[in-house]
This record gives sequence, structure tokens and C-alpha cells, in this order.
Amino acid sequence: MKQQELIPNLFRSEYQKIVSVLCRLFGMAHIEIAEDIVSDTFLAATEIWSTKGLPDNPRAWLYTVAKNKTKNYLKRDALFQQKLSPEIQYDTTNTEEFELDLSVKNIGDSQLAMIFTVCNPQISKESQVALALNLLCGFGIQEIADAYLTNKEVVYKRLNRAKEKLKELNISIKQPSLNEIDLRMDNVLTTLYLLFSEGYYSTTQNTTLRRDFCTEAMRLVYLLTDHDHTNLPKVNALLSLMCFHTSRFDARSNQNGEAILYQDQDESLWNMELIDQGKYYLGLSAAGAQFSKYHLEAGIAYWHTYKEDTPEKWEQILQLYNNLLILEYSPIVALNRTFALAKVNGKLAAIAEAEKLKLTDHHFYYALLGNLYTDLDNEVALQHYKQALAMAVSDTEQLTISKHIQQLEKLI
Amino acid sequence: MNDFLLIFRRDFTNKEAQPSPEELQNSISAWQNWFGGIAAQNKLARPLQRWDISGKVVKADKHVINGPFVEIKESIGGLVIIKAESYEDAVEIAQGCPILELGGNVEVRMATEPEG
Repeated sequence: MKQQELIPNLFRSEYQKIVSVLCRLFGMAHIEIAEDIVSDTFLAATEIWSTKGLPDNPRAWLYTVAKNKTKNYLKRDALFQQKLSPEIQYDTTNTEEFELDLSVKNIGDSQLAMIFTVCNPQISKESQVALALNLLCGFGIQEIADAYLTNKEVVYKRLNRAKEKLKELNISIKQPSLNEIDLRMDNVLTTLYLLFSEGYYSTTQNTTLRRDFCTEAMRLVYLLTDHDHTNLPKVNALLSLMCFHTSRFDARSNQNGEAILYQDQDESLWNMELIDQGKYYLGLSAAGAQFSKYHLEAGIAYWHTYKEDTPEKWEQILQLYNNLLILEYSPIVALNRTFALAKVNGKLAAIAEAEKLKLTDHHFYYALLGNLYTDLDNEVALQHYKQALAMAVSDTEQLTISKHIQQLEKLI
Repeated sequence: MNDFLLIFRRDFTNKEAQPSPEELQNSISAWQNWFGGIAAQNKLARPLQRWDISGKVVKADKHVINGPFVEIKESIGGLVIIKAESYEDAVEIAQGCPILELGGNVEVRMATEPEG
């Protein structure tokens, strides 16, 4: 890796690690102090490395500096020490001996604790995702703003509000108890899934950033599987789902960033290693009686890793969609289920079901009807695609629909 | 939108009236597709629940017997609570119920508010 790539990547991965450890030590009420210490560390690194060159082990260098800055801070600020919990005060009375624990184990434990702190239902879902991107994944405000196609100001405000709320709640960051894991896990998984989707479905053209979001979401889910208490079947199911989805990353858009639909993808570009990992975690998710929507979604994604259309494949996908809808309604799932129904019972049967959905607010609804009517009644199909085009917002979607319209116009 | 109770009944006891294993196998996906179709319209009012076939019957004298209700020969095979605009709408959904293919019937009841 080149130096200009190495430093941002190192900063991103180390930022969140050191912040997590410091927040766990100081408590969420002192998050700015934690962030200041880490920012100072990186500032020092940028200054010194640019003149003296990279040290042999940049990470160790960062840790040593962070440890010293923490020690100095504690020594300097007696007032701050008084505010800390008695255990830390005790630990830090002799600041000469105080050592910030940046071991692999403590970093992992702190990050896990941080996940459960950030995914707090008392703050809004979008703030949870933004906080996770910032505190757990180390993305800067500019990067988050790029992904959301918004400006820095908006992200900055959103993050600050969320951090204020966490401070207000004055949550101590500790290892979640079994009971807390039980209560909070669904919310944690929803947030991590949203974080993943932000990367996977984002409308921004910045594919590197999108891929980084997905990788980071997977890293956090992996962290959950790495701790005994959080290594639950549904966590493995979510990780499996993410592996299957990302396996198609290289195949799902062309060099211009235009979307390539599933049926048109070059399957030699699918990442077999990720597909195998997906299967591995899907196997682990089958342990025990616990069953979740992630199991169903991972199952659907699993069948999509077979490119060839077989009756069994679509029958399985249809049943998984049926069960997913029975568990939790979603308009997009209802549309996908109808597409699968067409593959199993034919387009006529699917049209009858599609027209009952009446999802007239969604351009996907018209795109689906366009697809179903194609070859049966191309005039009607064209009308539906035109309606879909009028409603589609993103450039990628408009482009995809336009291609269908062009093809139909040739046929009529 | 009102809630409607759809009760599927058929004769589970009479040997001649039983579907073949193959018919039963085929009806599994028909059931799943029917439930999936209702869920796709967001018309499922409650989560699905499986019910034991035989159950118990408490008679007028409080005497308890095993199901089914011998008087009408049919047992409740299952039930679902859906959301529908009207009886017409609910009946249309009930007409797709796979129990009909197995010689059964569907009773449709609209949920009502308690009086007073």
C-alpha cells in the first residue's frame, strides 16, 4: 500500500480503536476528551511523519503516543480525575505507573461495549448509524456527508446531537450483560444492517467509500461473532447475508458506475471466497432453534449465488419471501416476492397478485409490472416502465428503466 | 379496514376423505403461497399460529372429550386473522384458500367491537 493510502486507512482503523478504549476508561460523559487525545495523537503523527518519514511500526508509534498523551492529561487535569469513577481514580493516582491498555483483547472488548453503547434505542436510527460510522468505523464527517449526499454541517450537527444525548444518559461503557445483549441485540443488528445497506445501496458514485462502509459493517458483525455471548445464530445469519451480497460487488456495476442487474451480471466476477464464507456462516446460523429474518434473507441471498435458473431455486426463494413477509411486511419484499412468484407460477399468475399490491407510490411497482407484461402485452409493459421512469429519483435507476423502454420500443 | 377471522375446516377423521400424501405435499407450497400473498398485501392482522388438529371439547355438562366436534364431522384445520375492507374483500381472499382444494371450507367472520 502506498503511503498516501496507508495513513488515512491507519488513522481510520486506529481512531475508533483508541477512542473506544478511552471512552470505556473515562465514560461516555467525557467523549470529547477521548476524541481530543486521539486527534492530538494523529496531528502529532502527521507532523512528525511528514518530516522524519514513517516509523518502522506506525501503529505501535500511535499507541505509545496515545498512551503518553493520556498519562499527561490525567497528570495535568486533577479536576478531571475527581470526576472519574473511583476505580479509575485509584488506578491513576500514581500516573507514572498508569498504562493505557491497548492490547488486542482490550481493544476488542472496548469495541464490543461501544457497539452496544452507540446502538441505543433512545437516539434515532439515523443518528445511531452516523455515530457507528464515526465512532465505530472511524469515518470522518466529510466521508459520511459524501455517502449521504449531504453537507458536513448536517452530519456534524447530527453527530453532536447524538453524542450530547449519550452524555446526557451518562452511560458507562462496560461489557454488556447477558440480559442487555438479549434486549439490545435486535437493535444492534438493525443498525449494523442499515450501516451495511448505506454502503451497498447508496446512490453515491464513490464505489471505494461504499465498499469501505460494507467492509466496516462486516467487521463489526464479525466482532460480535468473535465474543461468546454475542455469537448468536442470528448474528451469523446476518454475517452470511453480508458475505453473499458483497460477493457480487465487482459484478453489479460497470466502469462508469452504472448498475448491472442480477440476470446480466458476469458471474466470473462473483467473489467465490466470500460466497464460501457466506455458506460457512449460514451453516453456523442453523445451530439452535433461534430463527430470524436474517436467516430468511441469508437463505434468499444463498440461492442467488446459483446463477442458473432451476425450478428448485425459485421455489425456495419464493417460500423464503413468503415467510419473510409473514414475519414482517415490507413493500420491497412484497415486490420481490411477486417477481419470484412469476418465476414459479408464471407471469399471468404474478400479474394477478401484483395488481392486488397497489403499491402505486413505488416506482419499483411499475418497473415490476413492466417486467411482467413484457412479451405478454408490450404496449402495457411500456406504459408501466414510462410511469416508473417518471417516478424514479436516482440516475442509476432512471438509466436502467430507460434501457427497458428502448428495448420495448424496438419490439413494438 | 376491519379484522376478519378465516377458519379453515375439513374432515380429518373419515379415511376416504383424506388427501393422498402427494396431494398433501403439493398443498404445502399452496398454503405458503396463499399466506405469502395475504402478507404481500399487508393484510395479515396477526402473526400466523399453528393449531393442534384434535384439541379438546368441553360439553354443556362440562364433560371434556377429545376433538373433533363429532356433530359436524369437520375439525378446524387452522385459522388466520386478516385485514380486509369488507366481507366481499375477505371472501375473495378466502376463495384462494387451499383447504377448498382438499374438500374443506372456510368460515369468514368479521371482528366486531364489544357492544356498549
